[in-house]
Amino acid sequence: MSARVVPIATNTFREAVRDRVLYNLVAFAILMAGAAILVGQISINMERLVVINLGLAAVSLFGVVIAIFIGIGLVSKEIEKRTLYTVLSRPVRRWEFIVGKFLGLTGTLVVNSVCMAAGVYAALIYVSDHHQLLKPDAYVLVAVYFIVLQFVMVTSLALLFSSFSSPLLSAVFAFALFLIGSFSEDLRGFAAMSRGLAHWIVTGVAYLIPNFSALNVISSVAHGDPIAGKLVLANTAYALFYAAMALCGAVIIFERRNFK
Amino acid sequence: MNALQILALEKVYTVGFWRKQPRRALHPLTLSVQEGEVFGFLGPNGAGKTTTLKMLMGLMYPTGGSAKIFGMDISDPRVKAQIGFLPEQPYFYDYLTANELLDYYAKLSGFTGGSVTAQERKARIQSMLERVGLSGSGNVQLRKFSKGMLQRVGIAQAILHDPKFVFLDEPMSGLDPIGRREVRDLIEQLKKEGKTVFFSTHILSDAETLCDRVAVINKGELRGVGSVAELTRNVQGRIEVAWHGNSVPPALKALTQEFSTAGEMCRAIVTEPQLDAAVDALRREQLRLISVTPVRSTLEEYFVQQTNSQANSQKRASA
Repeated sequence: MSARVVPIATNTFREAVRDRVLYNLVAFAILMAGAAILVGQISINMERLVVINLGLAAVSLFGVVIAIFIGIGLVSKEIEKRTLYTVLSRPVRRWEFIVGKFLGLTGTLVVNSVCMAAGVYAALIYVSDHHQLLKPDAYVLVAVYFIVLQFVMVTSLALLFSSFSSPLLSAVFAFALFLIGSFSEDLRGFAAMSRGLAHWIVTGVAYLIPNFSALNVISSVAHGDPIAGKLVLANTAYALFYAAMALCGAVIIFERRNFK
Repeated sequence: MNALQILALEKVYTVGFWRKQPRRALHPLTLSVQEGEVFGFLGPNGAGKTTTLKMLMGLMYPTGGSAKIFGMDISDPRVKAQIGFLPEQPYFYDYLTANELLDYYAKLSGFTGGSVTAQERKARIQSMLERVGLSGSGNVQLRKFSKGMLQRVGIAQAILHDPKFVFLDEPMSGLDPIGRREVRDLIEQLKKEGKTVFFSTHILSDAETLCDRVAVINKGELRGVGSVAELTRNVQGRIEVAWHGNSVPPALKALTQEFSTAGEMCRAIVTEPQLDAAVDALRREQLRLISVTPVRSTLEEYFVQQTNSQANSQKRASA
């Protein structure tokens, strides 16, 4: 990796930490502690299901909000505050700046997710009969890994949108795409049913939109179903390819920009 | 050798959403800066100084022309290792301390790994902070810095990696008289070290004191390039006439309104064509002439003349 990407990524991570982004962990900890105590009292033999569902949904929601709201400001804030000028007047290529920013935010989200995963496991230990983890609980880690892959895609999309549009519009685009992408299996089903020109258009749109539903295995993991290794590989390849494409788009647009 | 060679560099923006109109921010600009020179880039606000600097720094792409720094095209990434840049009214990551910020920039400038140890980088940062008078503030977050302190950090980051060519955009802007004096001293030091300095300003006295040569730009057009002496030579000369006495002859009063009296000596400022008539007036009154001295025109006069003449010619063209 380029020697300039690492300091840019480190600085982005440091900015997130000093801007108290990781304080969301406190809210998450309160949520998990409350859920664990409450669930034990109101549900019978459903504690594990509820804790995993609630915990992983919270990991996903908190992370997506961070990925979008920090992601859209990664570039625009640097332009607006003109901090970019002293960076790009050095031997830093524009693609290195974009990749460094992306890796910095992704790193923040990974740290955030790891801490949250630890919180989910702590809640699972609390609600289990003998205060110990079961074998299927290992798949919670796979679900968290898939959630991180979602963050990688969302961050790259937020960066792509922020490279050509305003922060507000970028947030709207990224959030809309996340919502549509979460129901992309339905869209693919609709494409399969349609005929003629509509079939080609809907199929095209379905494949262009990020397939977040393939990365959502929360329900399966909550029911103790195993996750196939093949799915892990396919999802990893898909998410990395999609994020790389979005980043390439962001770099191409950013390379052509004039900073007035 | 030319440190900077600009050839017909221009920038045209398109404005408007539906009916796009071209707006020329910089007319084809050609100039060169010699190695080791302190070069002033003068112009009123909105003249095109920052646009030019941004194009040289690779922050904007020119729509025409080219520029070379030490013989390399400005798009060549190797150029960036040779230059330092202070933007106008700089803003830095305010969550960082001065030490952290300079460490970040040092790493981005290639002042890292291999030949440079972390200890050496730290020592370099410390010496830069001392040089700009911030040695005690290295561990303070930049959000607690005053405007003047931020400007100093800006200068420190511009010279941190020991560049051969330093570009400063309005380096004195927003500084108090002491701060301005310190920046002036720093530019002089850089010149002594053999660096080339290109700085934009609209504070003419600074340019007059510091620059080997200056360029005057207005409304995106170059109005003149040369040493201050060369540029001001062309301004119509004015002459100071001094004589012994404390009265002003009526004939001289008819020529000019610029008089001053100090003790037993009077002075009047006249234009070159008025000189003979002024001396004759003194002779007729039998006053003792002490001196006749050409008044050196200031850069300010040249600057005002250039900006006004352009405005007048545009008015005439539109009328």
